[in-house]
Amino acid sequence: MGFSQTRDPSGVAVVQVEGQLIVGNRQELKDLVQAAMDRGERRILIDFSRTGYIDSSGLGALVSISKRIREVGGELRLSGLNEDLRSLFELTKLDTLFAIAETPQQALASF
Amino acid sequence: MTSPLRLCVRRSPALDPGGAATLVTLRLPSEVGCIEEAVELVTRHCLAGHPTAERTRFRLKVVLSEALSNAIVRGNREDRGKWVDIRAELYPDAIRVYVTDEGPGFNPSAIPEPIHPEQLDEAGGRGLYLIKKLVDAVQFNEQGNSICMILRRP
Repeated sequence: MGFSQTRDPSGVAVVQVEGQLIVGNRQELKDLVQAAMDRGERRILIDFSRTGYIDSSGLGALVSISKRIREVGGELRLSGLNEDLRSLFELTKLDTLFAIAETPQQALASF
Repeated sequence: MTSPLRLCVRRSPALDPGGAATLVTLRLPSEVGCIEEAVELVTRHCLAGHPTAERTRFRLKVVLSEALSNAIVRGNREDRGKWVDIRAELYPDAIRVYVTDEGPGFNPSAIPEPIHPEQLDEAGGRGLYLIKKLVDAVQFNEQGNSICMILRRP
């Protein structure tokens, strides 16, 4: 369980969520994205291709991250949600709040 | 890395005449760091020996994680002197999972649904809603410190 961060050649900060995104590690993700923003990153992709499950605290962390990025005029994309993960966003209507792409490649192309 | 936790899982024939085939019980301390391991352990024992759709496995993991988070953070206020108890009754056609904390309880009917447009930007308030949407039935005890989540086996 953890997060890794890379920078795409196009200049997008890509964060990979590996394992779960839940109450026990949500702050780590928020801190990691904040650190990227502090370095000046304004285009951020969070990819869930290697994610098991997300709880409501994890969803809440994504909402907080989205607000922070919007406040500084940045852009956030999500990608790699399988059918089960996507259902969590749909049930909570958060699919209307986030820009969600099927694959990281599609998300990167949409910035 | 070996976990410092000594999570105890006990499987035994059900004693109640209603006929739970198996009981799985687990007690964990009020630390959010214990949730993932507890979820994996309980899910594995609840679904062992049954052909299980991946969707059921996913739903069980999410609602267990959610209920444990509520119990530890809101119920026990992360007081390490308090415990959270999981009791899963395994029937051929359904799983009943009870999660009980040592807190004062709450009124579940007082929790608003978090899907109105003006609430979408709120970071919290989705836990109970998500549980209700992912399981087949939810019940609470009178005190409001114990939730029972029922999932039918497909």
